[in-house]
Amino acid sequence: MSGLFKDARFFLLLAIAAAIGVSLAAGSFNRYYLGIAIDVGINIILAVSLNLINGHTGQFSLGHAGFMAVGGYVAAKMTLLYGAALFLPALFVGGVVAALVGLAVGVPSLRLRGDYLAIVTLGFGEIIRVVFQTSEFFGAATGLTGISKLTSFAWAWGLAAVTVYVVACLVNSTYGRGFIAVHDDEIAASAMGINPVRYKVTAFVIGAFFAGIAGGLYAHHKAVISPSGFDFIKSIEIVVMVIMGGMGRTAGVILAAIILTILPELLRGVAEYRMIIYSLLIIGLMLTRPQGLFTISRKK
Amino acid sequence: MSALLECEKVTIKFGGLTAVSDLDLRIGEQELVGLIGPNGAGKTTAFNLITGVYQPTGGSIHFGGRPTANVKPHTLSLRGISRTFQNIRLFAQMSVLDNVRTAMQGNRAQRIRDALFRGRVFREVEARVEHEAMELLKIFGLDNFADANGKSLPYGDQRRLEIVRALATQPKLLLLDEPAAGMNPTEKEELMDLIRFVQDKFKIAVLLVEHDMKVVMGICQHIHVLDYGKKIAEGAPAEVRANPKVIAAYLGKDDGDA
Repeated sequence: MSGLFKDARFFLLLAIAAAIGVSLAAGSFNRYYLGIAIDVGINIILAVSLNLINGHTGQFSLGHAGFMAVGGYVAAKMTLLYGAALFLPALFVGGVVAALVGLAVGVPSLRLRGDYLAIVTLGFGEIIRVVFQTSEFFGAATGLTGISKLTSFAWAWGLAAVTVYVVACLVNSTYGRGFIAVHDDEIAASAMGINPVRYKVTAFVIGAFFAGIAGGLYAHHKAVISPSGFDFIKSIEIVVMVIMGGMGRTAGVILAAIILTILPELLRGVAEYRMIIYSLLIIGLMLTRPQGLFTISRKK
Repeated sequence: MSALLECEKVTIKFGGLTAVSDLDLRIGEQELVGLIGPNGAGKTTAFNLITGVYQPTGGSIHFGGRPTANVKPHTLSLRGISRTFQNIRLFAQMSVLDNVRTAMQGNRAQRIRDALFRGRVFREVEARVEHEAMELLKIFGLDNFADANGKSLPYGDQRRLEIVRALATQPKLLLLDEPAAGMNPTEKEELMDLIRFVQDKFKIAVLLVEHDMKVVMGICQHIHVLDYGKKIAEGAPAEVRANPKVIAAYLGKDDGDA
């Protein structure tokens, strides 16, 4: 396994450098395409981090939009209050707060399995949204407006590279084997000295952290965030990326995030039929490749 | 001398059903003990009590002199109780090597910092674990399949791999839950040799739950017989075989299958 990831740090630096390079030239790009490219980067972060929870560790969470909302609101409020200079700390704090919420949600709910966990996380996601919707401090139903547009291509893709790096490193370590063991057979895992709760909560908290980062990027990309943007449809969108990419296959999930972000934009031409075609394509893909886009066997 | 495992009057009730009742069981260091009984006698339940999957509703269990009440299975595994399962439970997505490596990492998981930084500490731990896992696989002749998916091995090899995985946790007590289930006579012979070899080579105690009389009688030094959750007999193989209660439990009914 060391062959593939021996130079992981090198690839990380390369990816970040490439992101910054592209970003420097961004002035000459079509602003519409640039916007979509940033959306893609953000969605990669969301999908890859959810994949850690749903795919690798096998804990079906439907609350990812909730963690994204936490990160987005916290980061946006910070730059609104203290200025744009604090962008990076704001993203980080947003991620940390989302991780803390993930911890608070994860510890009680990860006792549940399968469908039950999905329903509980769905409920938590909605609670988080409603809390923001009723909080005057966070702009209630209107949300927050006038957020500085600080998310550049470099930020979105640089942090996407960091997310992929972190997830890939964890998966190829004792943590990864723990996650997969819990996924495959919790009882056998615990009989082999793996503490299932610990691994589940770890995956959940790290996933929530990156969802929070993605939320912060999203807020500073759209300049406006409102509670309606973080409803459970958003969580479903991310889940679809993970399932379509192939649960637990990082490369496939990245590809699915790219396709599923660009596809609705490509279909804008056919206006009202857009969502129908989009849905049909997803159904078609699931029928023909239920195992996901990428199914190269796990070689370690 | 205190025994490695000591169960005293262990009882568990599921609602109105008493699955195991007043079970006394002692296993000394490096002993090979059998636990037999007809279908539904409570053998697997006894296993789940010893490994912490269930908590007894009465009685006490001590392992290495320490009580195991309210101790989680993964902690008991770290203390030295390991097991295999009646229906093989290998990690389905993992290679043969990773199945073993996973069982090896129990008390030496890396810190997140090391996993992310991928520095010397990380590489050394990975290299050592891989080396030890391969050594273990070599002993059991599974090293050539290290990269194959565990579930793709032939049935007998999957059973063997499950035993190797259990040994990877460096147990003091190994519990084997019907390892001969589904095996043909030749495989059963090999299994008996394997269990003797494991006990001798790794100097561990083994508790064997088994249906197959030939296997149990062939290798165990001491046998306990359960029926309807109660112990009806215990002793050396010859004594147990001659015990009328045992014969009645196994042969005196239409559904006996020994």
